[in-house]
Amino acid sequence: MRKIFQYSASLVLFALLGACANTDSKPVVAEPTSEEINAILMASFMEKGQAKMDRVIQTELQKACSAAETTPGGLPDAKRTALQDAALAAVKYPADGKYLGDWKAGEKVAQTGVGFQFSDKAGSEAGGNCYACHQLAPQELSYGNIGPSLQQYGKLRGDSEEIMKYTWAKIWNSHAYNACSNMPRFGAEGILTETQLKDVMALLMSPESPVNK
Amino acid sequence: MRQTTKAAVKFTAAALAGAAAMASFAMNAHAQKTTEQGIQEYRDMLADGNPAELVELRGEDLWTKPQGPKNASLEKCDLGSGPGKLEGAVATLPRFFGDAGKVMDVETRLVHCMVTLQGRDVAEITKKPYSGTGEKPTELESLVAYIYAQSRGAKIKVPQSHPEELASRARGEKIFFYRGGPYDFSCASCHATDDQRIRLQGLPNLTKPEPAQAAFAAWPAYRVSQGAVRSMQWRMYDCFRQQRFPELKYGSQASIDLITYLGVKAEGGTMQATSLKR
Repeated sequence: MRKIFQYSASLVLFALLGACANTDSKPVVAEPTSEEINAILMASFMEKGQAKMDRVIQTELQKACSAAETTPGGLPDAKRTALQDAALAAVKYPADGKYLGDWKAGEKVAQTGVGFQFSDKAGSEAGGNCYACHQLAPQELSYGNIGPSLQQYGKLRGDSEEIMKYTWAKIWNSHAYNACSNMPRFGAEGILTETQLKDVMALLMSPESPVNK
Repeated sequence: MRQTTKAAVKFTAAALAGAAAMASFAMNAHAQKTTEQGIQEYRDMLADGNPAELVELRGEDLWTKPQGPKNASLEKCDLGSGPGKLEGAVATLPRFFGDAGKVMDVETRLVHCMVTLQGRDVAEITKKPYSGTGEKPTELESLVAYIYAQSRGAKIKVPQSHPEELASRARGEKIFFYRGGPYDFSCASCHATDDQRIRLQGLPNLTKPEPAQAAFAAWPAYRVSQGAVRSMQWRMYDCFRQQRFPELKYGSQASIDLITYLGVKAEGGTMQATSLKR
């Protein structure tokens, strides 16, 4: 009788040890494939208003940048250069060669964040929502910090052709200078019109703009 | 609070909603004076009379009310801790449910109970999960508020033992970093760096345990600006709206996977829901 007790006690002990060993070794799971993720996303969303299902399908740049954020080592240098070069090569500069519009209109574009959400009216003019991420005019205290402060942008950099061109390209497609930038491609994606882009340029560059006061 | 009459709760809620409006006005006046501090003061003011309690009471009525073709209540619903056992349950979800053969979050499990216990139709239940402006809370919002209220103070421990639970978390991480749409946004665009803000709104870095704990613990929340209880499913849905994605389906696999990813990261936090948000 006693033997049986000892035997069962050691069985229990064995089982307990086994359980401990199980929790100690970190369970592993196969890395989900991109096909699996794509299929899940396609099944998890439905089109609504202007937001159609094509928005779920990644562009080459989106795919590369998503992968870079979950892969050790990030984006390979060759890929980075290729993405930036392609973005820069596709920038459309203003047809009339004039970069600056009206800074007051630019301030409105910078303040407005609507556009492209399924809750927004399709085809209505979108905003740039610059203040969501950047500090600009000192009067506006409610600004975000995802992007750098742009206060005194033009005053600090001057208005050379080079700076104008760089700034335009950065707003047109921020990936031209930073492959996986968080900033939307305002020109390349048609979020802002050429007029709106010029107005935002004036907000940044014009000596009269509060940004440069 | 649950013992007090509904009328008394309603009165307190209305009085405090007025106070909240004044508090938020005062906050604007001192926009810079430590926004977070202002928000905290405002939360403290409302802490004793969170209007979500009205919704919780409504949820309790719905939980015990026989409904559907089977004319049954939800009192035997098993949220993973056993039939009808709600205390602490939501702190351990999403998890794998053998009877359904899949990982479920609180809201998909609730819908599962409504289907299996009450014999109701999924499409009918989830047709309009979220209330619109000025509307009464939906049935799901009310039930969710009630269910979460029973776990206040529970420690978050979302399990990672079943292979499906591991797979759900792994997919959730991929989806968290998945950029898409015309603005190229992913969840990570706003929620993977410390101390970031959109305008003055702080953005938790959800790749870190502490902010993940706070976020997981706080939803569902009563959104003062919307006058409604908003659930974790709604939180995901509305983030994707702002990411310019199409509409995230209620109880979709992507939503469950993201909640699993967040929940695992949030281990050790303490459930606060239904909390109060701007």
